[in-house]
Amino acid sequence: MPALHRFRNLTEELTEIQRQIEAHARNYGLDFFPTIFEVVDAEQLNAVAAYGGFPTRYPHWRFGMEYEQLAKGYSYGLQKIYELVINNNPCYAYLLGSNGVTDQKLVMAHVYGHCDFFKNNAWFNKTDRRMIDTMANHGNRIRNYMDRFGVEEVENFIDCCLSLEDLIDIYSPHIKRRDDAPPPVRHDEDDDDDYVDPTAPTRFQSKDYLDRYVNPRKSMDAERAQLKQDMEKKGNFPPEPMRDVMLFLSENAPLKNWQADVLGIVREEAYYFAPQGQTKIMNEGWATYWHSTIMTKHAMEAKDLVCYADHCAGTLAGSRTRLNPYKLGVELYRDIEDRWNRGAYGEDYDNCEDWQEKIHWNKPTMKGREKIFEVRKIHNDLTFIDEFLTLDFCRRHKLFSFGYQQESGFYEIESREFPNVKQRLLYNLTNMGRPIIYVKDGNYKNRGELLLEHRFSGAELQQNFAQDTLTSLYKLWRRPVHIETKLEGATVLWSFDGTSHTSSEDKKKG
Amino acid sequence: MSMKIDRDNNRFKEIVKGKIRQNLRKYVTHGEMIGRKGKDLVSIPLPQLDVPHFRYGQNGRGGVGQGEGEVGQALAPGEDGEPGQGKAGSDAGEHVMQVDVSLDELAAILGQELQLPRIEPKGKANIEQDKVRYTSVRKVGPESLRHFRRTYVQALKRQLSEGSYRPADPKIVPYKDDRRYRSWETVSEPVANAVILYIMDVSGSMTDEQKEIVRTEAFWIDTWLRSQYTGLERRYIIHDAAAKEVDEETFYHTRESGGTRISTAYKVALQLIKEKFDPSQWNIYAFQFSDGDNWGEDNRQSLAMLKEEILPICNLFCYGQVESPYGSGEYIRVLEEAFGTEHEQLVLSEIASKEAIYESIKTFLGKGK
Repeated sequence: MPALHRFRNLTEELTEIQRQIEAHARNYGLDFFPTIFEVVDAEQLNAVAAYGGFPTRYPHWRFGMEYEQLAKGYSYGLQKIYELVINNNPCYAYLLGSNGVTDQKLVMAHVYGHCDFFKNNAWFNKTDRRMIDTMANHGNRIRNYMDRFGVEEVENFIDCCLSLEDLIDIYSPHIKRRDDAPPPVRHDEDDDDDYVDPTAPTRFQSKDYLDRYVNPRKSMDAERAQLKQDMEKKGNFPPEPMRDVMLFLSENAPLKNWQADVLGIVREEAYYFAPQGQTKIMNEGWATYWHSTIMTKHAMEAKDLVCYADHCAGTLAGSRTRLNPYKLGVELYRDIEDRWNRGAYGEDYDNCEDWQEKIHWNKPTMKGREKIFEVRKIHNDLTFIDEFLTLDFCRRHKLFSFGYQQESGFYEIESREFPNVKQRLLYNLTNMGRPIIYVKDGNYKNRGELLLEHRFSGAELQQNFAQDTLTSLYKLWRRPVHIETKLEGATVLWSFDGTSHTSSEDKKKG
Repeated sequence: MSMKIDRDNNRFKEIVKGKIRQNLRKYVTHGEMIGRKGKDLVSIPLPQLDVPHFRYGQNGRGGVGQGEGEVGQALAPGEDGEPGQGKAGSDAGEHVMQVDVSLDELAAILGQELQLPRIEPKGKANIEQDKVRYTSVRKVGPESLRHFRRTYVQALKRQLSEGSYRPADPKIVPYKDDRRYRSWETVSEPVANAVILYIMDVSGSMTDEQKEIVRTEAFWIDTWLRSQYTGLERRYIIHDAAAKEVDEETFYHTRESGGTRISTAYKVALQLIKEKFDPSQWNIYAFQFSDGDNWGEDNRQSLAMLKEEILPICNLFCYGQVESPYGSGEYIRVLEEAFGTEHEQLVLSEIASKEAIYESIKTFLGKGK
């Protein structure tokens, strides 16, 4: 059993509820890791949530900020976390002690949906299932560095790493990109915290007075020159543009050992959390689908009804400026289930031109349930929407796309046309809504500068944020850093040389 | 569960204080905080602190929503300004965060940033008041103050050393010797009381804009003085050709017309001091705000009152002249001529605009009186 802080044990009543709900979930074919429920109070839940579910996580101010916001939102009655579950084997889920029985049932049913999703969805199958231990280990290492090098020093460095945390290759856990081994782990316990000069020649250990015989100056110089020459000859570096900027940095930036370790930790956690970002709609939709199924068909008693309905209405409430992933997800699963139950898919259906006929299409194949289990296994939000968001669905749920209008300064409804809506949604889900950025050249201008490339896809980068991010990047690379992007159709280069920010546009104007 | 989050939360609060410090000038200048003032806390709007990331600018934001509405219908306001320079953008962008800061913390930040010296209450007139603090434990004392936990711990220790403690039957019987009692120390705490008298010219030439400056400046003066004194009273006097004491609300919202006779306000102030704030017991601060108009014939009397009666009993008499398009702005010259620019109790400051408040506060309070 992993060493997680034990909160309160489940009451007998809750243990019994868990037994029942778990049995229902299994009967439906849900398949999950053992699931352990912890009962916590609101303060604890907020704290755990602030740490992304991991009470043993490393210390950092932003968790404190997160907590502040959650705690405030809770005390003003604006928000309340009902449930929190972490992808681990066993799964851990937190229950709010003050919740009523109806809510506990519902939350448990919801949690089993998530646990099944974690275990079976393909995008999660490369995640660390011992993350609780790993996080605790990260926490210890970082606390150790803080003791040795100072809280602020380490925290500031973490800030820089976090600034780059989404510059990872979310597909790389599933695709082998290159042949070489992963970078050597650099977190040794020794105190050699200095950056190692790559052109430093091999030195043999010797007593001082013997040094000039053991390590003759002449051969040292020759070796140094050779190494330098080799470095310059290297050709393209990296050989192909590299999307895992964090990996590139941890292999090539002049980092101290502890810094390389911290960067590695931030990267590892980013990879762990990435699938959750990639499957938000599917995962919440799936959990919602199962809590509503289990509750309405089995677990709900008459006295639960009002509370259940109220809670559901809250969870599924829509907003005109934010698509509710719970709502969209569950409705899509239901739509898929319905279509596959009445055979409304495939060539015949797609080619049918008659709208009325399509609506009343019924070739009872009853493959709905089977289909949604398959969908939850292989898709992520992007492919889920791409494959299953239909014109009919879009109309029925009154979806529209909106965007920022320069002239009015408002977000305005842009379109209700299906292709536009779908395109906007896919666009927002691509790379989790973040720009796609590659390392283009690690030896830019043959001066050891770093050039990133933003693969432009229609939206411009926000310049002030980009500048601040370059500042963080510089702290790791310690040589001038650049990013190539597009502004009003033209390619521009934003640079930071350690003291000032420049744009290739300024030069043209000047 | 020992809350690890507390440590991170405190780190966050430190960082927030740093941000407030950085932006203090902005906060001092804008009156927005005064409206948010609670009893001991102010909420300060800070842009959400976050580590920067590469992200899309305004033209890349937007999304898909659900519900009624025509194409072209506005949903939520974005941020004005140039694309790429803008900051908050409703749902799609980042948010402004409200941070609660106690007035004490705010005063400390103000003091540090403006390098305000700590105030030394005048004279030995401070009243010393004895205060009792329960800080120690003794072996004798009244039963009502018995410290149960300590007593039992003591008994447990004794039984362990005697060997009479049996884990199977963990009975602990305290003897008389084991008894422990809470005990107090008497600390004498100086109680320094202070009163602030705000005096303002409300004749027609003081417009809302000028009053807003006064209000903002008064907020910071209050905040600072409150942190320096255990008891702080505030009184408000308005005047045109005649003067009267009013409450805070009236002070900032009255507008009269007619002439200006500053001496009437001084008279009310002196009366008030005589009745309620004995200068031997109270630290007295007076802040006079005006656009500088006074009836010429009144100047002589005003100056005489100031010199002979008011200045000798005030820790500080600050005259802030708020620039107004209508005022003559003469009074500050009159004061300068009469007292010179350097006078121990008298501080003069010209406040041309909101932006000048910061320096003005420094001028007023920088003396440490």
